[in-house]
Amino acid sequence: MRYVPPGKPGSVVTVEPRYENFIGGKWIAPTHGKYRTNLAPATAKPITEVPDSTPEDVELALDAAHAAMDSWGEASSTHRAEVLNAVADAIEANKEMLAVAESWDNGKPVRETLAADIPLVIDHFRYFAAAIRAEEGRSTEIDKDTVAYHFREPLGVVAQIIPFNFPLLMAAWKLAPALAAGNCSVMKPASPTPWSILKLMEVLEDVLPPGIVNIINGPGADIGKALATSPRIAKVGFTGETVTGRLIMQYAAQNLIPSTLELGGKSPNIFFDDVMAEDDAFFNKAIEGLVLYAFNKGEVCTCPSRALIQRDIYDEFMARCLERVAAIRQGDPMDTDTMLGPQVSAQQLAKIGSYVDIGRNEGAEVLIGGSPANMPGDLSDGYFFQPTILKGDNKMRVFQEEIFGPVLAVTTFADEAEALEIANDTLYGLGAGVWTRDGNRAYRMGRKIKAGRVWTNCYHLYPAGAAFGGYKISGIGRENHLMMLDHYSQTKNLLVSYSPDALGFF
Amino acid sequence: MIVADPARIAATDAAREAIATLRAARGGSFMFVQSGGCCGGSVPQCLPDGELIVGDHDVLLGVVDDCPFYIDDRLDEAWGRPSLVLDVAPGHAEGFSLGAGDGTRFVTLPSADVPT
Repeated sequence: MRYVPPGKPGSVVTVEPRYENFIGGKWIAPTHGKYRTNLAPATAKPITEVPDSTPEDVELALDAAHAAMDSWGEASSTHRAEVLNAVADAIEANKEMLAVAESWDNGKPVRETLAADIPLVIDHFRYFAAAIRAEEGRSTEIDKDTVAYHFREPLGVVAQIIPFNFPLLMAAWKLAPALAAGNCSVMKPASPTPWSILKLMEVLEDVLPPGIVNIINGPGADIGKALATSPRIAKVGFTGETVTGRLIMQYAAQNLIPSTLELGGKSPNIFFDDVMAEDDAFFNKAIEGLVLYAFNKGEVCTCPSRALIQRDIYDEFMARCLERVAAIRQGDPMDTDTMLGPQVSAQQLAKIGSYVDIGRNEGAEVLIGGSPANMPGDLSDGYFFQPTILKGDNKMRVFQEEIFGPVLAVTTFADEAEALEIANDTLYGLGAGVWTRDGNRAYRMGRKIKAGRVWTNCYHLYPAGAAFGGYKISGIGRENHLMMLDHYSQTKNLLVSYSPDALGFF
Repeated sequence: MIVADPARIAATDAAREAIATLRAARGGSFMFVQSGGCCGGSVPQCLPDGELIVGDHDVLLGVVDDCPFYIDDRLDEAWGRPSLVLDVAPGHAEGFSLGAGDGTRFVTLPSADVPT
């Protein structure tokens, strides 16, 4: 079926001509009254206008968060869990609307938002609602009259800066643990995707206590920096690229506060020859595993963008994979049959094209695709790029740098040792995939690959409860797991003496 | 800091004009730092000069109209120590980068791609 695009008659998503910042539970116009137009990636036509905020708006959001901080921080875990569960229920009740809004704002196919993004958002809030209820402090009997009690206390107001590739899911990954642990958030969405999260706030405005979540849109150079440098925040969480990651750490150092960073990857997806031992369901799964590089148009930090294939199966395996890539249906993200939508922005499209040219100039062979995709009618100005596979070697730039598009770099290896060497020959270490019928080999490889997540005989699963984060320059800290409660709280130790006796020193 | 010798950064006229415009609009001087990684990666970030603390393992690729251009040594090595050209292209700046004015942003191109 095809959904009617947001704002058109009959759409499940209504669109106002203009949106404001969400601060203190209210819709607040930006101080300087400046807005910018948000475009739909599928058509390059305006969706709506969103605030082009300034540092004054950051201060307003921080005021609201600080006003809410004490009551939310002191709320019982029972109450916080109730709120998180109510958030999940409200999203579930509006699942289709949010899936369509997310698809239109980002360009990702609605089949993905319906089946992955929004269900994962819902589950994430429920996971942390459960986690916070089960959270316990610890106490230690130091000696018979002295007890050390350990309580987890919230940090206070946290800054959260999220990327454009999963606007709602990345918001959930950051908000759910922060709120569960009793913090209030000031969140800056990514500039290309400012709107779907405002639709989410419309759904949640009567569910969230005012001030615990504040959303401000605007340029990173102004409000991102103002937020990250503010002495009124207790932590920064950031997902994005490496230079901004360094700046975040630098600003955090200046304020002596913690930060967590997720900075991308260049994830290897390794296929051993035994995947072709049978032409069965597992082999079919492995083929899909390679083609998952096109999931969310490749705009995924863990995009399996380097396929390493054992040499003796390369020709036959790649032939089967190319058939599957050729069958990808690219087009209108509103159509539930569409598998590949437009890139998020014109600049992303240009960057991908530039990388494919770099690959060609380095001598990579284009096995399929390689160009922007021409689309008919309303989609003719959309930011579409053909699903592309480049064959080359791991020293090429297209194997070393995140392209963030539906572009796979493929190479071959002779044996396990060479597969491992190529897999680890990267600055990054976020994700990896290993495909083999040999469980011992899968385990050995999984332990030796220097990445925070090694999918084994699967890829692109993101269940709450499986820790996610980077080795090497891919980042610091973990998400998607109850250990996040550590990242968003601090330990209060009460060291209590139940003895009447003085120490005897003075 | 490591200094590339010879310099491996050049700039198009459009990039030089954008720097001049930015200087007129915001005052002060600027630095460029090549970024990597996800989302806004692969683009140069334009920052007020001195905004990023330059480390011992940053490479000064060269200076464009008084603006130093840096790249992390590991990224430089992974990219094969390329010569780059600073240019502008349509679109919003990413990360904490300043834009190049008029809805444009700074980009880097491999020098081979620049028409001479």
